[in-house]
Amino acid sequence: MSLEVQDLTIDVGGRRVVDGVSFAVPNGARVGLIGESGSGKSLTALAILGLLPDGAEAHGSVRWNSREILDLRDRELAELRGDEIGIVFQEPRTALNPIRTVGRQIAESVRIHEGLSKRDAAVRAVSEARRVALPDPERIVRRYPHQLSGGQRQRVAIATALACRPRLLIADEPTTALDVTIQAEILELLRALVRDDGMSLVFITHDLAVLSQIATHGVVLEDGRVVEQAPVSQLLTAPASPVTQGLLRDATATLWRPGGEEA
Amino acid sequence: MSVPTPPTPDDRPATDPPRRPRWAWLARLWALSTGRFGLIVVAVVVLTAIVAGFWTPFDPQQVDIANRWSPPGWPHLLGTDGTGRDILSLLMAGARTTVLVAVGAGLIATVIGVALAALGALTVRWVRESVSVFVDILIAFPVLLIAMMISAVWGGSLWVVIWAVGIGFGVNIARVTRPELRRVLHSDFVLAGRASGLTPAQNLWRHLLPNVAPVFIVQLSWGMAVAVLAEAGLSYLGFGAPVTEPSWGLLLAQLQQFIQVHPLSVVWPGLAITFTVLGLNLLGDALREATDPTLSRSPFATRRARLHVPEVVA
Amino acid sequence: MIRYTLTRFALLLLGLLVASVLIFLTLRVLPGDIAQLIGGVNSSPAQTAAIREQLGLDRPLVVQYLEWIGGVLRGDLGASLLTGTPVIDELVQKAQVTVPLGIMSLLVAVVISVPLGVLSAMRRGRPDGTALSVGSQTLAAVPVVWAGMMLVVVFAVWLGWLPAQGFPRAGWSDPAAAFEALILPALTIGIVEGAMLLRFVRSATLQAVGQDFVRTAAAKGLTRDAALIRHGLPVVGLSVITVLGLQVAGIIVGAVVIEQLFSLPGIGRMLVADVAARDLPKVQGELLALTGFVLIVGFVVDLVHRVIDPRQREAS
Repeated sequence: MSLEVQDLTIDVGGRRVVDGVSFAVPNGARVGLIGESGSGKSLTALAILGLLPDGAEAHGSVRWNSREILDLRDRELAELRGDEIGIVFQEPRTALNPIRTVGRQIAESVRIHEGLSKRDAAVRAVSEARRVALPDPERIVRRYPHQLSGGQRQRVAIATALACRPRLLIADEPTTALDVTIQAEILELLRALVRDDGMSLVFITHDLAVLSQIATHGVVLEDGRVVEQAPVSQLLTAPASPVTQGLLRDATATLWRPGGEEA
Repeated sequence: MSVPTPPTPDDRPATDPPRRPRWAWLARLWALSTGRFGLIVVAVVVLTAIVAGFWTPFDPQQVDIANRWSPPGWPHLLGTDGTGRDILSLLMAGARTTVLVAVGAGLIATVIGVALAALGALTVRWVRESVSVFVDILIAFPVLLIAMMISAVWGGSLWVVIWAVGIGFGVNIARVTRPELRRVLHSDFVLAGRASGLTPAQNLWRHLLPNVAPVFIVQLSWGMAVAVLAEAGLSYLGFGAPVTEPSWGLLLAQLQQFIQVHPLSVVWPGLAITFTVLGLNLLGDALREATDPTLSRSPFATRRARLHVPEVVA
Repeated sequence: MIRYTLTRFALLLLGLLVASVLIFLTLRVLPGDIAQLIGGVNSSPAQTAAIREQLGLDRPLVVQYLEWIGGVLRGDLGASLLTGTPVIDELVQKAQVTVPLGIMSLLVAVVISVPLGVLSAMRRGRPDGTALSVGSQTLAAVPVVWAGMMLVVVFAVWLGWLPAQGFPRAGWSDPAAAFEALILPALTIGIVEGAMLLRFVRSATLQAVGQDFVRTAAAKGLTRDAALIRHGLPVVGLSVITVLGLQVAGIIVGAVVIEQLFSLPGIGRMLVADVAARDLPKVQGELLALTGFVLIVGFVVDLVHRVIDPRQREAS
């Protein structure tokens, strides 16, 4: 199960926002996309899922298990989404439907892809909630998003994305909008889940320190172009591009945790 | 070098009026198809009204029994009505009434709206709260009912229309403008203005008005559309224009009686009203797009459609 | 919830109070001397004074107001100056035309506007979406009177399928004829009101399209359209409910004009006649009833909205 992105370009309203991006995510790999805001990271992620906004056009090649994603129709993409590829977004406050219970939202992907009945899916939702370490899972699934904290909401989002055990998880700045204290917890959760499941991971962030905690390879983007691609350890110790160097400087300004890749 | 957080959808910081040329918004307005359409329609109506002040193909009130109900042709380009009056001339003269009512109502709505908004934003707390509640209650009064209430007392006339729309829409304007005023009042640059010694009047002029003006102009445009519809409806009911004044609404009433025999004569005044209202509505929509400085140009930021729910007036 | 209901109810009462005061002031105070108006130009001062006393106009304003309100609370909305018939009796009788008309119009408006509004948002940028958008903009600019006339021309004059005017004398004892008489009127109001509602639904749906949670739903495995419909629309539906109050006001206004056009013996046409006849006490009662109705509908809608929107529940 591998992802191969070749020469991906994305034009939005006539402007080229992603320009010839190429990288690969072999089975079980953990790749980070890192760059400043506006460098095209999120759009790249959306392109992989066929979720580009109206007005954006993608060209090039995005192959998932040798299937060309950019050629698929929305119906075929929908079968992949949630089932083989999952995604967690940055802003938990708005990523969840405000008028549905949390449990129902977790259960939805299971009902779509595995055809479970409402009752079975509800039971499954509780176990998924437990898996992401939500407190008091049986009661929390009956709550609405606005009744949860930010960290809890993000856990719900992760549970939703992983409910069908996808082979690839894309995490688009999943900790950026959270409190610093919660960030570490969520990051740890993601690391554990990815490791336990052997999933591939594409982790998007602007913070090299965060990246070092979870990814093995880093793809550095600037203005929609790849400026450097290397194992994370190399990016940390011997960054070649000035962009990477700048990111490193910022990262050391935040709390620097020693120990990068998982042994 | 920190990463800027994306603005949450709910805050729109009041902007310091930018240094771009003052009339840039006009160019943007023209660039929008809705803006172009709106401007053209309004221009045509206003021009017609002005021209009709001096000249119409025929005297609108001139009766010519021999030629009544003639179909469109020459010399009566749109035909004649039941008493032989030229419909085109009636339409042109009616445009004057329409413009007068729209402008009059607009002025009154402006005064009432600004007064209520100012009361609701610039005064002490209990006054502000009362005004806010008062405005919310008044919103529920449909313009037509206000007009009929006034008509019951003073009889129908164009002034009834003007005042009813002025009051009804003025309250609406107040409701929309007040939060803008308050927002701007508490913004940093206004406080800075006060701190740097600007008089309240200068502060008002330089900071408050430019920020409040866009919202205001948009409301005014929509308000004038309401005025045109109100005039049509009220004149039709007999509470608007008196028989001696040319009016599109009155024309509708007069032609309606013969609708079984001459069905298509009502098309012309109806089209005139529809186009005028459409033009004003679209102009308002376009103005909103053209003047909102915080509207993101990025194509994938969905424009937060501030939901405009118009009233059925007539 | 209880607290909200009580606060909102207090606001309703306040609204009714303000409305009643405004109506009273406008219709009793502003005309100056009603007695003279009624008596006519040639009445002697003695006659005018007699009328004034008979109507209770010589008493202090506040007393007059309180008397009126007292009557209203007992169900007495006043009586016609000309015929003496109690207002409330006439309102009830004419309601048999206006209420069905209103309900039918509302149904037409909702049935037209919701599916088409959503469709026009989903097909935005494409020819059918644009056509719907332009069409609804245009229809919303049409004066409802003219819309009625055009429908009459097509369906009554040319096709002869439906009556151009009138309501059966027998009223609802001949349901088929009564219903038939209300079809064109209801269609007229419903289409024009629906056009405005359509624009609102379209706006709300467009907002929903951009919502993050709709994107999350698609990311779970729904097609983008399905995500919009299943997740975005219920939120749209909630916002439609919030404007229902406005719709009712619009329908009442539409009914006033349309009943005139179609000669329907309803509340609207009665109001027009009374205003023209300057039957002030009657107008007073009718206006109070109508505004009261609008305010009460608003109150009920607010409560319903509060109950069914989960976002209003307490954050734990």
